[in-house]
Amino acid sequence: MKPQSLAQRLIAWSFVAPALAVIGLFFLLPVVIGLALSFSDFDLYALADWRNLRWAGVDNYVHVLTLPLFWQALYNTLFFVAFGVPLSIALSLGCAVLLQSPLARFKPFFRTALFAPVVTTLVAVAIIWRYLLHTRYGLVNAGLGQIGIAPIDWLGDPHWSMPSIILLAVWKNFGANMIIFIAALQAIPDELYEAARLDGARRWAQLRWITLPMLGPTLLMVSVLTMAGYFQLFAEPYVMTQGGPLQSTVSVLYLMYEEGFRWWNLGQASAVAFVLFVLMVVATQGLMRLGRRGEAAASA
Amino acid sequence: MSQAKASRFSPMAIWVNVALAIAAFFALAPLLWMISVSFMQPGESNALPPPLWPARPTLANYQQLLAQTGIVRYFVNSLVVATGVTASSLLFNLMAGYAFAKLKFKGRDKLFQALLAALVIPGQVAMMPLFLMLKTMGLVNTWAGVILPGMAGVFGIYLVRQYARSLPDALLEAARMDGAGEWRIFWMIVLPLLKPVIVTLAVFGFLGSWNDFMWPLIVLTDADLHTLPVAIASLSREHVADGELMMAGAVVTVMPVLLLFLALQKHYMAGLMMGSVK
Repeated sequence: MKPQSLAQRLIAWSFVAPALAVIGLFFLLPVVIGLALSFSDFDLYALADWRNLRWAGVDNYVHVLTLPLFWQALYNTLFFVAFGVPLSIALSLGCAVLLQSPLARFKPFFRTALFAPVVTTLVAVAIIWRYLLHTRYGLVNAGLGQIGIAPIDWLGDPHWSMPSIILLAVWKNFGANMIIFIAALQAIPDELYEAARLDGARRWAQLRWITLPMLGPTLLMVSVLTMAGYFQLFAEPYVMTQGGPLQSTVSVLYLMYEEGFRWWNLGQASAVAFVLFVLMVVATQGLMRLGRRGEAAASA
Repeated sequence: MSQAKASRFSPMAIWVNVALAIAAFFALAPLLWMISVSFMQPGESNALPPPLWPARPTLANYQQLLAQTGIVRYFVNSLVVATGVTASSLLFNLMAGYAFAKLKFKGRDKLFQALLAALVIPGQVAMMPLFLMLKTMGLVNTWAGVILPGMAGVFGIYLVRQYARSLPDALLEAARMDGAGEWRIFWMIVLPLLKPVIVTLAVFGFLGSWNDFMWPLIVLTDADLHTLPVAIASLSREHVADGELMMAGAVVTVMPVLLLFLALQKHYMAGLMMGSVK
C-alpha cells in the first residue's frame, strides 16, 4: 500500500463524516448523557429550570427496582418474550420449510401473502386486530363460535390480554424470519439430501438430521434478533390496551414511556431504559451461549 | 426431480399446499377484512353474525375521514417525514458504506467494528436525552426533530459496505489514473453500480420511517404535525365505536407501503437476506 497523502485521507474522511456526525450526535452522545441522566433526579421541575437538577446517585435504580409496577411490567415483558419468540420462530420455520418443498405450488403468491403483514404499519394493524378481537362483534369469536367455543373477552380479561398481543405480534412478524430461513434452506447442498435418501432416510428424518442441524447458526441468529426486538414491546399495548386491563399489558418500554413522557420523570425513565438494556444483553448473551453449547454438542 | 413430478397429487403434496393456503389465509384475512369494512355503512359491522362484505358499499367513511379528521394533512406529514429520512439517509449511508468498503484511511476497520458493536444498544436508551437535546435546540415539535436522528444508520451503512466490497478495484484505479477525483468517481462510476442496493435501501428507509411510531409520538406534540400512525392511534381512542371509519383510516395508512412493497418486493427481500448473512 502506497503512503497516502493528507488530501486523500481528508477526502476519505469527508465520505464518512456526515453519517458519523449523525450517529454520534443523535445516538451515541444521547446514550452517554442518558447514563448520566439515570443518576439524576431530572423531573418536571428540572425540565422547567435546569437549576433544579440534582445528582441522585443510584436512587432512580433503587426506586425502579422497588416499584411493584416495574416487576409487573418485567413479568409481562418476559411472558411476551418467552411465548412470542418461540411461537414466531416456529411459524417462520414451518412456513419456510413448506415454501421450500418441491411439492408446493404458487410459491411466489404464497411467499408474498405470508410476508405482507411484515410491511404493514403496526399501529394500523393493531387497530384492525382490536376490532377482530371484539368480544361481541369480532370475527375471531365468531369463528371460534362456529366450533363451539364460548366468546372470550380477549382484550378485557387480564388472562387473555397478553396472549392477544402475542397473537398480533406473531402474525405481524413471522414473515420476516421466514424469508431469512428460506435463504438459509436454499444454501443447504442438495447432495446431503441425496445421500440421506440413498441411506433410506424418510422426510421427517431428513428434516431432523439434515435441515435442522444445517440451519443451526441461522436459527441462533434469528432467535437473538427476534428476542431483542420482542423485549422492546411498546406500540401493541399502547394502541390495543393502553397497558390494561389491570396493568396486564404494561411492558417495560411502556413503563419507560409513561414515566418519561407522561410524568416527565426523565431521570427515572432513563434508569428503566438502562435496566431494560442490561436485561436484553443478559438474555441475548445467555441464548448465544446456550446456542453455541448446543452446536458443539451436535457436532461432537 | 422425477420424484416431485410423480407425487404432485400425492397426499403429501395436498397436505403441503393446504397448509400453505391456510397460513396465507390467516396472513391476509385481517387486511382483506380491513378493506371490506372500510366500505360498509357506518355501524354496519356491529351486527350478529358479523358481516364479511358490505351489503351496500359506500365511500361515506372515506368522505368523513377527509372532511372531519384532517387525514390529508397527516398523509402529507408522513410523506414529508418519510421522504426526508429516505433521501438523507440514502445519501449519507451510501457515502459512508462506500468509504468503509473501498477508500483507505487509518482506523477504518476498527471504526466500522465499533459502529457494528453499537447495534446492540437499543434506541430507547437514547430517547430521553435526545428529547432534551432537541428541546434545547428548539427542534421539538418540528419535522427536523423526527428526521435528524434517522439521517444515517449503522444497518444501512453495513448493507452498502457489503455490496460495495464486490466492486472491482481495477475500475476505480483506472478512473484515478485518468485523473478523476474521488467525488467524481463516487457520483459517476460507483453510484450507478450500486443501483440495486440503492433501491433496497430506499424501500427499507421509506417503509421504516412511514411505519415508525414511538419517536414521532414523543417529538411531535402538536396535532397538526402528526404523522399517520400517531394520528390514527389518537383517532382510534376518540372513535372507538366507529369501526368502519377506523378501517378507512387504516387503509389510508397501510396501502401506500403495501403497494410500494408489492412493486419493489424483490429488492426488499434481497436486503433482508443480505442483512441476515453475517
